[in-house]
Amino acid sequence: MNLDLLVAILMTVAGAATPLLIAGLGELVVEKSGVLNLGVEGMMLIGAVTGFAVATSTGIPVLGALAAMGAAAAASMIFAVLVLTLMANQVATGLALTIFGTGVSALIGAPFVGITTPTFGTIFPEALTASPLLRLVFGHSPLVYFGLILTVAVAWFLNRSRAGLILRAVGESDSAAHAIGYPVLKVRYLAILFGGAMAGLAGSYYSLVLTPMWAERLTAGRGWIAIALVVFASWRPGRMLAGAYLFGLVITMELQAKAAGFNMFAPELLAALPYLATIAVLAIISAAKRGGANAPACLGKPFRAAA
Amino acid sequence: MMLAAPVIAVVLTLIVGAVLFTLLGHDGFGAVVEIFVKPLFNLYRWQDLLVKAAPLAMIATGLAIGFRANVWNIGAEGQYILGGLAGTGVALATLDMSGSWILPLMLVCGILGGMVWAAVPAILKTTLGVNEILTSLMLNYVAIQLLFYLMRGPWKDPEGFNFPQTAMFSADQTLPMIVPGTLIHLGVPLAAAVALTAFAVMTRTITGFQIKVVGLAPKAAAFGGFGAASTVWIALMAGGGLAGFAGILEASGPFGQMVPQFPTGYGYTAIIVAFLGRLNPLGILAAALVLALTYVGGESAQTTIGLPSAATGVFQAMMLFFLLATDILVRYRVVSGRAAPAPKAAAAKEAEPAKGKAVAA
Repeated sequence: MNLDLLVAILMTVAGAATPLLIAGLGELVVEKSGVLNLGVEGMMLIGAVTGFAVATSTGIPVLGALAAMGAAAAASMIFAVLVLTLMANQVATGLALTIFGTGVSALIGAPFVGITTPTFGTIFPEALTASPLLRLVFGHSPLVYFGLILTVAVAWFLNRSRAGLILRAVGESDSAAHAIGYPVLKVRYLAILFGGAMAGLAGSYYSLVLTPMWAERLTAGRGWIAIALVVFASWRPGRMLAGAYLFGLVITMELQAKAAGFNMFAPELLAALPYLATIAVLAIISAAKRGGANAPACLGKPFRAAA
Repeated sequence: MMLAAPVIAVVLTLIVGAVLFTLLGHDGFGAVVEIFVKPLFNLYRWQDLLVKAAPLAMIATGLAIGFRANVWNIGAEGQYILGGLAGTGVALATLDMSGSWILPLMLVCGILGGMVWAAVPAILKTTLGVNEILTSLMLNYVAIQLLFYLMRGPWKDPEGFNFPQTAMFSADQTLPMIVPGTLIHLGVPLAAAVALTAFAVMTRTITGFQIKVVGLAPKAAAFGGFGAASTVWIALMAGGGLAGFAGILEASGPFGQMVPQFPTGYGYTAIIVAFLGRLNPLGILAAALVLALTYVGGESAQTTIGLPSAATGVFQAMMLFFLLATDILVRYRVVSGRAAPAPKAAAAKEAEPAKGKAVAA
């Protein structure tokens, strides 16, 4: 295998991994605060369509990505009000958010089907991407680097900062955190807001970087894979990075096998591969851990101040 | 409040939906009238309504049993597809045969197909503790690919001009119409019968009691000798079996063959039906009609006022949002902040959670 092809494949892996990483890190922070938001797929779709719409009408992809974050964060607030203030069931509300996002994105996106959009370029000068090895370092979309920085930032925030400590306390024991005087609901609102913004950014990566176009259900269940990755990562940012790139590899294998006209398997089997891999990975991680021993203790439970 | 919450949710959906679609540049009020009112005054639409409500009610009945036990099967879409595929397999194998045994065999295999698909999350959950939400959902995507594979390859009708679809089912493989000259097939009364049976099981049998106890008080259930694993299996087999049943009823009824467009999102919409029906089989029958109305009305609004088809999904999701929001009125009682005099404030607040629980019961 020649170097050019190898580099091209590795870059595809990074590209496929990045949205999973960004959305997954967002969800990881949300879950660390004790909230299970199953609406990632819906928020990603809202981000994807908003990003596309804004980038197409302004011609500036960065504005699209920012608008995507804003729109998905706004959608996450519907979820936050329902599960935090109104104490609704988190599983059901998350599902509702995904159904809502699917519908709303299809509604907003209808006029944009079949047109292309200006995409993100690379941020480094052309000269730096001349040779294949340099391209591997400098040739990615800015969001690929953002994903890596975000991993470090989230890891630092959760493990080294005071605010992160409070967030983890809220997720591990909401009533104790409340008794000490920490604002449980405020922390969770902010965490959900962050998770929404990251899901929106990840969604815009699909419509502005990976495939510069909009189609209904563009993200094809990747939001659910991001949620599964949080479990796979045992709620640790470093492992989230590994998991996202592992899935980037699985997705790339699918694309490469298709491109190479690899006919030993049916193309449908290749398309099903990421989902089958998710199930396999969840089974393996659960077998090793006996059911996610590292999960935040208050995950998914509503909080009501006792006094 | 138990019954009022869904009604409030639907009314809020109509009002907010009208405003939202007006803001989006559509005829919002017209859309609401077109979707939720007009089909009710059209006899033909009523047939369509019953035909669409049947699979929704059937799937939702199965899902509700799981939701009651805190088993979150959201893989009904895949189980529905597998039910359709399993029954279609029987149909294709018996295409040259005749006999009244063929259709019942298809239906049984449809149920088994859905159960097999739901068994995967059940096995993983009970042996390894894998979260059933994610596994059941992932299998939806796998099921769709399996359907595409079978349609494109092995099951393609050799005389079908290369269209990716199976041969048409024979008369012995098609659901009979219960009212001649209408769209209403055998699946409609079957769905009602399933819901009534589920109601009896949930309210009158030990199994129904077990499911409720495991869902409401897992520790009490464990002390009472109700196994967590057996509850997971009951929940997923009920959900998968009924979704599979709905699948083969659709395939052998309205479709009359298997096509790539077979999955229409009923498995997801049924989740909304289950909640809107308060996880109660009788409520689900009513809720299925409401959600069927969004499909039937949504279709006619597309042609009459040019409303995009995606509007249906938005209305459905809003309904679930509002239902979840009004649920707090069921679980808690609204008390005025000034009702408690200042010196007793602390004591009153302490008593509040207890009050909330009393209302919830």
